[in-house]
Amino acid sequence: MALLKFIPDQTSIPFTSWRMIAAAVSGLAVVASIIAVATLGLNFGVDFRGGVTIEVASDDPIDLGAVRSAVGDLGLGDVRVQEIVDPGGDKGVVVFIEQQEADAVETSPGAAQSETADGTDAEGADALADDEGAQQTASKAVQDVLRALLGEDIRFNKIEVVGPTVSGELIQKGALAVALALGAMLIYIWARFEWQFSLGAVAALAHDIIITLGVFAVTQLEFNLPIIAAILTIVGYSMNDTVVVYDRVRENLRKFKKKALTEVADLSINDTLSRTVMTSVTTLIALIALYVIGGDVLRGFTFAMIWGILIGTYSSIFVAAPFLLATGVKRDWSKNAVTATP
Amino acid sequence: MLQFNRLQTIAILGTVLLGVLFTIPNFLTSEQLEKAPGFVPSSQVKLGLDLRGGSYLLLKVETDEVIDNRMTSLRREVQREMRPSGNRERIALQALPTYNADTATISLRVREASDVAEAEDRIKALTRQGLGAAVGVGLRPYEVIVTGERIDIRMSREAQTYYIAEAVKDSIEVVRRRIDPVGNKEVSIQPQGADRIIVQAPGDDDPEALKEVINRTGQLTFHHVDGTVDPLDAESGLLPPGRILVPNAEYEGPGAEVLYEEPVITGDMVADATAEPNSETGGFQIGFRFDNTGARRFGDFTRDHVGERFAIVLDNEVISAPRIQSVIPGGTGRITGNFTAEEVTRTATLIRSGALPATLTTIEQRSVGAELGADSVRAGAIALIVGFAGVIIYMVLSYGRFGVYADMALIANVALIAGALSLFGSTLTLPGIAGIVLTIGMAVDANVLIFERIREEVLGGKPPVRAIELGFDKARSAIVDANVTTFAAAAFMFILGAGPVRGFAVTLMIGVVTSVFTAYFLTRLLAGGWVLANRPKTITL
Repeated sequence: MALLKFIPDQTSIPFTSWRMIAAAVSGLAVVASIIAVATLGLNFGVDFRGGVTIEVASDDPIDLGAVRSAVGDLGLGDVRVQEIVDPGGDKGVVVFIEQQEADAVETSPGAAQSETADGTDAEGADALADDEGAQQTASKAVQDVLRALLGEDIRFNKIEVVGPTVSGELIQKGALAVALALGAMLIYIWARFEWQFSLGAVAALAHDIIITLGVFAVTQLEFNLPIIAAILTIVGYSMNDTVVVYDRVRENLRKFKKKALTEVADLSINDTLSRTVMTSVTTLIALIALYVIGGDVLRGFTFAMIWGILIGTYSSIFVAAPFLLATGVKRDWSKNAVTATP
Repeated sequence: MLQFNRLQTIAILGTVLLGVLFTIPNFLTSEQLEKAPGFVPSSQVKLGLDLRGGSYLLLKVETDEVIDNRMTSLRREVQREMRPSGNRERIALQALPTYNADTATISLRVREASDVAEAEDRIKALTRQGLGAAVGVGLRPYEVIVTGERIDIRMSREAQTYYIAEAVKDSIEVVRRRIDPVGNKEVSIQPQGADRIIVQAPGDDDPEALKEVINRTGQLTFHHVDGTVDPLDAESGLLPPGRILVPNAEYEGPGAEVLYEEPVITGDMVADATAEPNSETGGFQIGFRFDNTGARRFGDFTRDHVGERFAIVLDNEVISAPRIQSVIPGGTGRITGNFTAEEVTRTATLIRSGALPATLTTIEQRSVGAELGADSVRAGAIALIVGFAGVIIYMVLSYGRFGVYADMALIANVALIAGALSLFGSTLTLPGIAGIVLTIGMAVDANVLIFERIREEVLGGKPPVRAIELGFDKARSAIVDANVTTFAAAAFMFILGAGPVRGFAVTLMIGVVTSVFTAYFLTRLLAGGWVLANRPKTITL
């Protein structure tokens, strides 16, 4: 039986000779991404921006315009209403409300009057508690309006309310997780290889992350907590790819002490090319199944991941490896090299 | 070395079998599980709220309130200590004690310098109660500082921390009594950080009702109604000292009542409260029973005030203000009014569960309907099967016989992941399913690295056995480095991530470990076993 092969057994593609073009393409993409994020901004979801998301389904068709105007009449600021298909194939709508501030919501009399007897001044704490309470009041108000508009039989498939305290923390923790993951990789690669490798690997990772953020800015796909998980996975995957190439570069540097660095790099990339493609394809098979079948809930997440696999594969070949050429890596890898050279 | 000795072989296959064994309970119903023989483990993978439906609430205990409540009542007691009682003389103050919440300090100024020492003694006697073992024996919760005629009473940092921790502990107990009074629901209530509580309640119950039950303070007090003051006068500001104006609950009619501030009975003296039908009106009422102290006080009070009214106040609202017809001994009573069955049940539970030490503010809520959850499970499972099948076919097409070995390793890998998740009793969430699907895609990577190496060695002219040996050896460093980095990324997700991210991180971490194990050991056992047994002249992959 003939085996399926996308990549021939032996290739000698001169990858590094394209490194100037790749550098230009990557550089442009990174700059464009930064501009996109700065100007268009990311479409932060409830997790990071705070506010309310309510997903409602009904057996009867739902009039989007009516929902929009009914919820809009509550005076809750920026309201977005969009149609959604849940994994069961039922149609519904999602209502997003921006983060509420205490004075923006009319609370029912009595409910908001917290006891301030004895002249204690705990106003700071009260104001915060009221901001949190305002999200809850808004969420309840929207549910009541939807029930009045669509009937009592509607199902609230999903209600998410994130107050200002939590949304702030989630942003911080998300950014911290990505930063720490990068730092840990930098140190690990440094310890296992050399500082040039470590720098190259992290440059490739930064490249992947920035361009992924750029894609989210341009497409305005919702950027929520699972996307941070996707980015961290991209970091892991892209690093995985890069390490496999680097591992081969290190081995070939030992084997071919006299070969030019560009030749060694090209040889290493070609040696591992079949594996790189193979792993990308298997991972993509699994991810595409998830993207197509997994439903709306996971779609943004799997999209980020599919994109990440593609960009991660590209960057390990065209960013990480050429970076070694630019920084000039040490050539003598024999065990006693340090003591032998004066 | 391709060959494993007998012991190693048993260890490898045994691990895989264990994975399968721990996966089994997930396919059994609870009755089958009970009848199963003893060696079958019983822990199953739990489904997360996003897959089974339910509500996740993150509550913040308003810690300032905990301190404020204590200090405010201490302030009242300090004031009382300055009054004459028994053979003690009155200590004259320049002004009533004030409380500053920012510094947690009560300050007072004694009029005569000669009284300062006596005032200090009385305050020290009042504040001498220690905090118990938790803060250390002998440590006083309050510091008393005298400067001239001024006396400051400050709560120490340690005491504040201690009281807040106690408040969080008490709040958890109260919340549990409220939402799971019988203890038969799978509700999880856990502390998070210094001042937060996570409530996870599976099921399709209305999250709004759940929040309403949790967020009520449940402060119950019985007050004497001051019938001499017109509530309308009181509203316009003519409230005599020592009285409070409390609004009526809406179902009791409009207006407010003027009450003596000092309660006759507090909620902690109520031993029990039940919802019951009212045989006279056909409606519903709440029956309650006091403990001994409460019963005695209530008996004394009703004896002294026949013909007057008392008010039952719940969370700053008068829910009932009946006239005392005669002395009520025995310590039982009932609250009647125009209540529905639901209101009565809720209020009775609220009273029974006791008061929260401080307000609980909901700062994050995530609720998923059970129907959406079931759909998500189905979609996730189908995606898993399709992705799995796709990878399996692709591996066989690419590597032939070796692809089959890799696929066997992959199946063992999935069993090990499921087994590990069951063993740890982990919670499977939708992102967790995504993590498994991704792991399936990435798990073959280690095998791919090995096979590509073997292929290179074969092309380099090595005989099959030697090529396979070299392939496994040379791929090792790449496999280790690549997987350590992925594991590190997952570990950061787990440590810093919230909810959905953590579920994903757990499956990814488990997947990294099991995929290295199965690829490196199981595939080697299978491929090595075949090549050593058959000694083929050539191999194709």
